[in-house]
Amino acid sequence: MDRPIRVLVAKPGLDGHDRGAKVIARALRDAGMEVIYTGLRQTPEQIVNAAIQEDVDVVAMSILSGAHNTLLPKVVELLKAENVDDVLVIGGGVIPDDDIPFLKEKGIAEIFTPGTPTSVTIDFIRANVKRK
Amino acid sequence: MKLAERLLQGDKRAVARLISMAENHDPEAVEILRKLYNKTGNAHVIGITGPPGAGKSTLTDKLAKAIRREGKTVGIIAVDPTSPFTGGSILGDRVRMNDLSMDPGVFIRSMGTRGHLGGLSKATQAAVKILDIYGVDYIFIETVGVGQSEVDIAKNADTTLMVTVPGLGDDIQTIKAGIMEIGDVFAVNKADRDGAKRTATEIEMMLDFHHSDWRPPVQMVIAVENKGVDELLDHLKNHRKYLEETGKLQEKRIQNSKLEIIDLVQEKLMGMILDKSHKEEMVHRLAADVAARKIDPYSASEAILKEI
Repeated sequence: MDRPIRVLVAKPGLDGHDRGAKVIARALRDAGMEVIYTGLRQTPEQIVNAAIQEDVDVVAMSILSGAHNTLLPKVVELLKAENVDDVLVIGGGVIPDDDIPFLKEKGIAEIFTPGTPTSVTIDFIRANVKRK
Repeated sequence: MKLAERLLQGDKRAVARLISMAENHDPEAVEILRKLYNKTGNAHVIGITGPPGAGKSTLTDKLAKAIRREGKTVGIIAVDPTSPFTGGSILGDRVRMNDLSMDPGVFIRSMGTRGHLGGLSKATQAAVKILDIYGVDYIFIETVGVGQSEVDIAKNADTTLMVTVPGLGDDIQTIKAGIMEIGDVFAVNKADRDGAKRTATEIEMMLDFHHSDWRPPVQMVIAVENKGVDELLDHLKNHRKYLEETGKLQEKRIQNSKLEIIDLVQEKLMGMILDKSHKEEMVHRLAADVAARKIDPYSASEAILKEI
């Protein structure tokens, strides 16, 4: 691929902690990706609208509030409703291991929990973007 | 359905995809713009420039909201720098425009400069055309945070808004050549800060020597409090009206089209020179010779030109 991968980094829901999102944004930037950073407290609708307008390859969401089982699948649903089927959706944050199978079943491709080296996320994105 | 038709029917995903294609030098994007070029030229294109942190994004957000209150539609192209080392970028202008992302009358697109100097990206002009065909009434182009000489925006917009803030230097800064010369309208943002009045006065004094019959207005604003924004929008509209009534809009567009044609020719020529791998090899070989002082860079450049 001789174009940069475009990634929307978003913080869905109400927690105000974006250190992790910013670390990831920075790491993806240093991996040569174009990162569209949307800031805090985004609704799933806002995230999906931004993803469409920005024509991103990846939606990466960071969430620490505990509302992941509601908000992350909602983003996948809304993307589907808009017939967007070529965007990779991933999540990260304090998400219990027990919740991960449910989230994957709902269409979130991977969940990265605290302590994951940024290189793992980068490699995953490179290997799994849907558009060439 | 074809992308061009979807664009004409106002499909947002078609707009988004076409801008990506233009950014990635997809020849199909050029084909579509070639066909639909006669549908451009309707939107009022406003460039917003100024130093990093001056409040360009916040002001764009407020201006867009003021326009939406009048029932008109807005496209926003927000440019942020691309890393010259990794090619990556953080495009963070949307952070200040969060409420707008739910408004169906607003389309926001972030772009990295991707190696282009001058405050914009190479595909910005294409993105403006795409949004114009899509049919928005206003297009804002927000440049990267600029220094003193990034004046490309003036070649791409009908109206250039120069946003500055108090405390960036003395009055010598205002009479320097470059960025201070391209403003059609000036905004002194963060006008509640010390020295705002003085900054505005210094700009006014500089403008007193202005040689055109359009005397750029200087508007004090506090973008976060939405103060001075309606007045600022009036100035922007007045400038467009002035351009139309004096025939200067056409003049300006001829000038800008000329620059665009020359840019495209240059781009094609560079492509011809560097695209073919053996020439790239040649550049590499010559570069090594120049670095070793075996030949000089002037002769090296002529050697490459002789090849085409």
